[in-house]
Amino acid sequence: MTTHAKPSKVLIIGSGPIIIGQAAEFDYAGTQACKAMREEGVISVLVNSNPATIMTDEDIADIVYVEPLTVEVLTRIIEREHPDGLLPTLGGQTGLNLAVDLADAGVLDKYRVCVLGTPIQTIRNAEDRELFKRLLIKIGEPVPRSETVNTMEEGRRVARGIGLPVVIRPAYTLGGTGGGFATNWEELEVVLNSGLTASPIHQVLVEESVAGWKEIEYEVMRDGADNCITVCNMENIDPMGIHTGDSIVVAPSQTLTNKEYQMLRTASLKIIRALGIEGGCNVQYALDPKSECYYVIEVNPRVSRSSALASKATGYPIARVASKIAVGKRLDEIPNAVTGKTMAAFEPALDYVVVKIPRWPFDKFASGDRLLGTQMKATGEVMAIGRTFEAALQKAVRSLEFGKKSLLWEDRKWTLGADINTYPLEPTDLRLWVIMAALRRNMMPEKIAERTHIDPWFLTKMQNIVDMEKKLLAQSLTPDLLREAKRLGFSDEMIGTLADQLAEQVRQLRHEWNIRPVYKMVDTCAAEFDAATPYFYSTYEYENEAESFKKQKAVVIGSGPIRIGQGIEFDYCSVHSSMALRELGYQSIMVNSNPETVSTDFDTSDRLYFEALDEESVRDILENENGQNGNGQAPSIVQFGGQTAINLADPLARSGMSILGSSAESIDLSEDRRRFEGFLSRLGIPQPPGAGVTNVEEALNVAKTIGYPVLVRPSYVLGGRAMEIVYNASELVHYMNAAVELNTGHPILIDKYLQGKEAEVDAICDGETVLIPGIMEQIERAGVHSGDSMAVYPGLNLTTAETDTIIDYTVRIGLALKVKGLMNVQFVVLPEHPTGEASIYVLEVNSRASRPACRWSK
Amino acid sequence: MNKRARLILADGSVYEGFSFGTEADAFGEVVFNTSMTGYQEMLTDPSYAGQIVVPTYPLIGNYGINEQDTESARIQVRGFVVREECLEPNHYLSGKNIHEYLADSNIPGLYGVDTRAITRKLRSAGVMMGVITSNMAPEQALAELKKQPDYGSIDFVREVSTKKSYEWEKDRTIEAQYHIVAYDCGLKYNILRLLQARECRVTVVSCMTSAEEILRFDPDGILLSPGPGDPELLDYAVDTVRKLAGKKPIMGICLGNQLIGRAFGAKTFKLKFGHRGSNHPVREFATGRVHITAQNHGYAVDPDTLKDGLEVTHINLNDGTVEGLKHKELPIFCIQYHSEDSPGPMDNRYLFDRFIEMIRGEKS
Repeated sequence: MTTHAKPSKVLIIGSGPIIIGQAAEFDYAGTQACKAMREEGVISVLVNSNPATIMTDEDIADIVYVEPLTVEVLTRIIEREHPDGLLPTLGGQTGLNLAVDLADAGVLDKYRVCVLGTPIQTIRNAEDRELFKRLLIKIGEPVPRSETVNTMEEGRRVARGIGLPVVIRPAYTLGGTGGGFATNWEELEVVLNSGLTASPIHQVLVEESVAGWKEIEYEVMRDGADNCITVCNMENIDPMGIHTGDSIVVAPSQTLTNKEYQMLRTASLKIIRALGIEGGCNVQYALDPKSECYYVIEVNPRVSRSSALASKATGYPIARVASKIAVGKRLDEIPNAVTGKTMAAFEPALDYVVVKIPRWPFDKFASGDRLLGTQMKATGEVMAIGRTFEAALQKAVRSLEFGKKSLLWEDRKWTLGADINTYPLEPTDLRLWVIMAALRRNMMPEKIAERTHIDPWFLTKMQNIVDMEKKLLAQSLTPDLLREAKRLGFSDEMIGTLADQLAEQVRQLRHEWNIRPVYKMVDTCAAEFDAATPYFYSTYEYENEAESFKKQKAVVIGSGPIRIGQGIEFDYCSVHSSMALRELGYQSIMVNSNPETVSTDFDTSDRLYFEALDEESVRDILENENGQNGNGQAPSIVQFGGQTAINLADPLARSGMSILGSSAESIDLSEDRRRFEGFLSRLGIPQPPGAGVTNVEEALNVAKTIGYPVLVRPSYVLGGRAMEIVYNASELVHYMNAAVELNTGHPILIDKYLQGKEAEVDAICDGETVLIPGIMEQIERAGVHSGDSMAVYPGLNLTTAETDTIIDYTVRIGLALKVKGLMNVQFVVLPEHPTGEASIYVLEVNSRASRPACRWSK
Repeated sequence: MNKRARLILADGSVYEGFSFGTEADAFGEVVFNTSMTGYQEMLTDPSYAGQIVVPTYPLIGNYGINEQDTESARIQVRGFVVREECLEPNHYLSGKNIHEYLADSNIPGLYGVDTRAITRKLRSAGVMMGVITSNMAPEQALAELKKQPDYGSIDFVREVSTKKSYEWEKDRTIEAQYHIVAYDCGLKYNILRLLQARECRVTVVSCMTSAEEILRFDPDGILLSPGPGDPELLDYAVDTVRKLAGKKPIMGICLGNQLIGRAFGAKTFKLKFGHRGSNHPVREFATGRVHITAQNHGYAVDPDTLKDGLEVTHINLNDGTVEGLKHKELPIFCIQYHSEDSPGPMDNRYLFDRFIEMIRGEKS
C-alpha cells in the first residue's frame, strides 16, 4: 500500500517505555523523524506513552499524544487526526507490530492511511520465519539447512545429511524447551529424544548449527528510485549464539577480507531490494571463519538499535534519512548534513575503530543468571572511538562506569590456574575480564579462541594490552612507554596502579612530557572532505582538530549508558540543558558515551565529544576547551547527567574547574550523610534517625540504637543501588559484608525505617526563589524505591497542613543549600501524631535533576 | 621497536614513524585511499605505479596476505604508509603478514604516523611528491626529493604494461563465446576474471601494440584497461584508440575513459587530490540512478572540451567530474571508475554485461 505521493500528515508511533532491547535509541530515531518531517513540510502526529523522551516535546513533533500504544488508542487518534501516512519503522518492534495490527484490523484501509517506507507485506515477510526463508531461497541467498522430523530415525538421517553440529528446535514449546545443540552423535540421541518428547506434536526442526561462526551485520538504505547503499558493517566480537545486543561489537569489521566484506554487502543490497523497503534495514549474517560460506540469519525491516549505533559510529543519520526517504526523497536529494557538501547517497568511510560494549544490570541483580545467549539481557550500551582497537576497547570499558573496574579487575572467586579449562570462559557479562585474566597467566590466544570461538585477531589485540600491563609493572615510565600505553587506551588510573603511582602523578607526568590526547573528527568521509560536523573523539595522535571555541561556552556532562536507576530521563535533561545554553548564546558542548541517545546526535549541541564520563577524560576535554590560547574557562554543568555527572562535581572542583549551577559544595552537602544530618538539624527539619557507618560494628551499634527495621543503602551511589530493609542483626551483617565489597570509599547509610506515605518534590531554585511545580504522591509504601513506585500528581491524600509543611521544608532546604538549578526532595509522611510529634520527615535531598524531572515538564 | 623512518612531503612536512617492509627509501606521489578493506588489492593495482599510498583506515594487514587477492603479478606501489601494521593477522587464507609481503618485494612501509593528518594535508594542499626514508634526515631527504622527476612527467603505463601478448588462463577450458583483446595499460586481474566469467576468451596485449596488430587478433570487442599517470603523456595509446574506434566495440575503464576522451579530442586535467576509495557516488544520466563505485584516479576528462561524438553519461555526485562517456553512434562506452571493483563494491559489474550485450548487438 505504499505510494509515492508525498503525504501531508504523518503518524509516527513511538516505542513506549524502556524495556530490555528497546531503549533510548528509539527516542533518537523518533526525534530525527519528527525533525525530518518538519523540514519536509509534513505535519507529524506522534504517539508515545513514554514522557521521558525528547520526541514528545511540543517543539519536536507538531501534534503529540502521550497515550498507551494500543490498537484502540491509535485507531481513535487516526479517526481524530486523519493522517494520510504512517511511519511504522521508528518505534522499534512495538511500532512495527502495531502497524501490522492496525492493518489487520482494517483501520489503515478504512481511513486511507498509507504505510510509508516499509510495506506491511514486507514486515510480514521479514518477521515470519517461514516466509522469510522462502523469500531468501527465491533470491538465492543461503539460509541454514533444516528439516522438520517426527521420529528418531528421521532425525538421525537429517542430521547425517546436514552434518554435526546441529540445533534441535522442538515445535510448539515455550522458549525452545527440550531443544539444544548436538555436537556429537551421542548428544544427538539425547537432544533429539528430549526434543521429540517435549514437543506436544512430537515434531522437531533439525537445523544446521552455526554457533561459533562470525556474526556480521550491515546497515542498508534504499530509496524509492531503487538506489541502495550500506551505511556500515559491524562485527560481533562474540560469535554467533549470543544476541547482538549482548555482544561486544566493533565497526567496521576487522577480520573480513575485501572479498568477504563485499560479498555480504552485495547480499544486503539484494535483500533490501527483494523486500522492497524504502528506508533502512539491518541484515545479520553468520560467516564461516574457515570458508566463504555464509547464512542470512535475520533482517530487521526498520530502524533498530544497531542503526543507532551505526549512525553514531559513522556520523550518518540513518533515522533522519530513512524518514525523508519515506516521504519520497531520494538519497541523492538529501544533503549529508555532516559534511555539508556531499549527499546522503554515498557510503561512510571510517578512519577509526568503534567498540560497543553492552551495559548489563547484574551489578543490581547480583543473583541474576549471567549467562548470555539468544535472549538479550543488557539495558544499555556504551560506544568508544579510537585509532587503535585496544584504545577503543579500553575506553569503552571506562565508559561502562563500573567504578574502578578497569580491565585489570579480577574476581577472587575465579579459578585461575595453569589449566585453561578451569577459567570461566562461558559467555557472561564478565567474559572479557576472564579473557584478560587468562592472557595475564600466559594462556595462548589460540587456546582461548578454541573455547570462546572469538576470532584470534581480537585476542591478539587483548594480548597487546596484557603485554603493556607487564611492561608498566616491570619498567619505569618513560615518555615513549607512557605514550605507547596511552595509545593502547590505558587510563592514568590503570597506569598508576601498575607503575605504582597516583593517577594524578601520571597526569602530571603526561603534562610534563606533553602527552595529551588530541581530538579527531567523525566526518563520515575519512578526512576526504573538509566537514562541518562538530563531532569529536580523543586519541593519542599528533594533530588536534578540535580547536577551542572563542565564544562563551559551557560543557554539559551527560549520563552515560542506560542502566537501572539511570535511564533516558537524564539524557532528556542533558539535551534541554544544551538547548537552553544555545538559546542564551552560549556554545554548548556535550560529553557522553551512550550511542543510543539524542544528546549524542550531531546537531544537538555546538560540539559533541563522544567520550567516557570519568575524571580523566572530562578534565582532558576541559583542558582542550580552555585551550593554551587563553580562550577562557569552559564551566561544566553536572546537574543533568544523573549520578554519573554528579560524581564528577567534586573531582572537577578539586582540579579548579568551575561548575555552573549548584556548587560542588552544596552537592556534597546533600550527598554526604553526616554533613547533611547536621545541616537538617540546624534548619530544624526532621529526618529519620540514623547515621553513616563504615564497618560492621558501627552498623550494629547504630541499628541497635534506632531500632529495627532499618533501611540501609550506600551513599553517593545511584538510584538506591542495593537499598534494603533489614529486620535483624544477622541480615545487617550480611548486607554490610556485601556492601563493603563494593568499596566505594563512601559510607553506608542506616536509617530508621518509617512506615508511611511517601511524597516527592522537584523544585527549581535560583538562589533566591524556590519554584515548586507540584508534589507527587507515591502509591507504594515507603521503603519501596521511588523509582519502583507508582505515583500520582496531584497528591490525593495530603492534607493542606502536610502540603504546607512539605513546601516550607523544600523552600528552606533549597535556599539554605544554595541550590542553583534543580533539586529533588523525598519525604515520608506519617499519620499525624496526637502528641504533636513530627509527622513529616525528609528522607533524601538531591541537588540535581531527578528521574521525575521530565515527568514534571510533560 | 623497528628503525625510525619518516615521510617527507615536497612542502617540507615531516611525519615521523617506524619502518616496516624493506628498509629502503622510496620516492613517489603521495596519495590517500579511503577504502576500509582491500589493502592487498590496492598494493597490487598497477594504477598505483609511481605512488606512495596512504590508506586512511588505521589498521592495515588484519587478515594477512593470501594467494587470491592480487590484482597483478607484483606489488605496484612505491611505498605504503599506515597508522598501524598488523603483524599477527588471522584468516584461514592468509599465508604471510603485510610486513613479510612488502619485504619480499623490497617495498618500504612506514607505520606509526598520523595518517589522518597526512590525509588532511593532501586534501587541502593537493597531492604532492614525497619520500619514505629511514636513512636520510629530513633536510637531506627534501633535497633529494627535489631532484626527483615529477610524477606527472613519467610514462608509467609503459612500465606496468605486459611486455608481450598472452592469453589469460589459456589452459583453462571455458566455453568461450567471445574473444576480447584487453589493451593493457595497467590491467587488473579482476577485469580478466569477470570477462572470463562472461564466456570470454581474453588476449592481453601490450600498450605498445598497434591498432592493426590488435585487429589482427580478430577480437569481438576491445577493453581499454585502467592505468597509472597522466594521460597527456600517452599520445601513442590515444592514437591506437583513435584507430580502433568504430572498428570493434570498445569498453574503457578509468585510464581507458581518458584515452577515449582524448582520442575524440577532449582534454584531461589533474584533480587536486584524486578519487581513491570504495564509496564514491556516481550518477548515471540515462537512469537517474546513483551507483556506489570503486575509484582510483588522479586525472579526469574535461567535459567542456568534449567534441562531437562523445557525451557524458555519468558524473561524480561529490564534485561533478566526468565519470563516464559514450559515443553517440559508435559502439564505444567508458567509465572513469572501476566496474571490476577489487577492492570496492561489486555493484557495477553489470557494465561488463553491457559490454557483452554491445558485442552481441554488433555481431548480429
